[in-house]
Amino acid sequence: MTRFEQELKNNVFVSSFCTRCDKHVWPPSDMCNSCFGNVIWRPVTRTAKLIEFSSKGDEVFGIVEFEGSIRVMGRIMTASALQIGQMLNLTECNFDGKAKFVLAPIV
Amino acid sequence: MRRVGIASSGLAEFSKTDSTLESLMLSSVKPLFDSTKNLSQEDIDVVLTSTNSDSKYLSNVVSELSGISPKVSHSVESLCNSGTNGIVSAYSYIASGLADVALVIGAEKSDSPGLVLEWDVSRGQYKHPIYWASMFASAHMRKFGTTMEDIAYVSAQNHNNATDNPFAYFKKTFSLDEIMQSKNLTDNLRLLDCSMPCDGAASILLASEDVIKKFTDKPVWISGIGQKSLSAGFTKNDDLACMKSNVQSSHRAYDMAKRTPDDIDVAELHDAFGICEIIELEDLGFTKPGLGSSYVSNLYETSDKKINPRGGLIGCGHPLGATGIAQTIEIFQQLQGTTKKRQVDGAKTGLVHNMSAAATSSTVLILES
Repeated sequence: MTRFEQELKNNVFVSSFCTRCDKHVWPPSDMCNSCFGNVIWRPVTRTAKLIEFSSKGDEVFGIVEFEGSIRVMGRIMTASALQIGQMLNLTECNFDGKAKFVLAPIV
Repeated sequence: MRRVGIASSGLAEFSKTDSTLESLMLSSVKPLFDSTKNLSQEDIDVVLTSTNSDSKYLSNVVSELSGISPKVSHSVESLCNSGTNGIVSAYSYIASGLADVALVIGAEKSDSPGLVLEWDVSRGQYKHPIYWASMFASAHMRKFGTTMEDIAYVSAQNHNNATDNPFAYFKKTFSLDEIMQSKNLTDNLRLLDCSMPCDGAASILLASEDVIKKFTDKPVWISGIGQKSLSAGFTKNDDLACMKSNVQSSHRAYDMAKRTPDDIDVAELHDAFGICEIIELEDLGFTKPGLGSSYVSNLYETSDKKINPRGGLIGCGHPLGATGIAQTIEIFQQLQGTTKKRQVDGAKTGLVHNMSAAATSSTVLILES
């Protein structure tokens, strides 16, 4: 299991970060995709902007963006209408063979 | 660089079978040999196999089973555009002078491991392709007002076209109403909007301008190639109402061929899902952004076969490694004027568009008679 997966399993969302280039390396990797230097693992701020969404039955899913650059697909728990660009909280993350991200609107 | 042309082709019917991948490949190689004048195993310098299967040393295995001892032999894997990637590799061997004749064989089984890109953690738990397609559909609907009925035209038209293709997986037409009423997979994607994984194989023979007349009196030339790999992870395409790799790869192909979208008489587009064809028509310059929907409804209303006369992936099925080669064979045969009921009259210039993994990479070929 990778460091990214281990942390996710503990409900901690980390991303690889290059201190030399001062940027996230996403998707996670052991090396920076600009300078090929080593990365550190840094927690990602748990608020995200809604980029796009759809649904499958009652399950709403979408693309969200963390820290202006890290985009993932996650489940969105909401009882009200969503707006593109609105901010969401990462309420849960996990790893069970697949990465899992669960978000909800900031109220 | 030397000119490179397509000399001949072979197809196996797209279906569900008990055949092994190797047998599927052979079942497309045989009709190629049967239909190509003066071709013997000794003529073939390069054998490339395109597939997403886990088979090892496959190009050598199939070469041996075909009685070919090529100079160069290897597999090409690039998920759904493995087929056209194989053709581009074969083109490069010939254009550079390393080879004169190349055989590219694509095949897939319906349970291929290439159906899902497990590596892409950015997709979270939504790994199945219906989820990325649903994101593109949402974005296109939001930006341009595209409707579920607009998307249904793609499936209706491509299933209609597939009924004239004896190699297609689907043999029946579907009305707009049947498509609209088919099972909802997401709120903007129905079962009949999707291409179906299936078994299939396709083979194509490329040759240099120096030798191609030995094998055919009507070669079709590859005049333009454009490829672009944006990323592997899905979430790098900023504007989801557009597929960026399509735009960039098509510009390169048009530039190389010194052609524009107006010059294209017939095209095969990668309609993995109905919404893809609408977006691709815009990305490749067949119509302006936002007008893809009216373009596909017009194709349907006028029974115009200019786009996906083969039936597309939706009508033909989608055996990943074979798809790009089968698309190229359709345009090759269209430009030779041999596609019977599917024929686009007077077609002289054609385009093939084949892409992978939520349009993270795309290939565009331009062919000319």
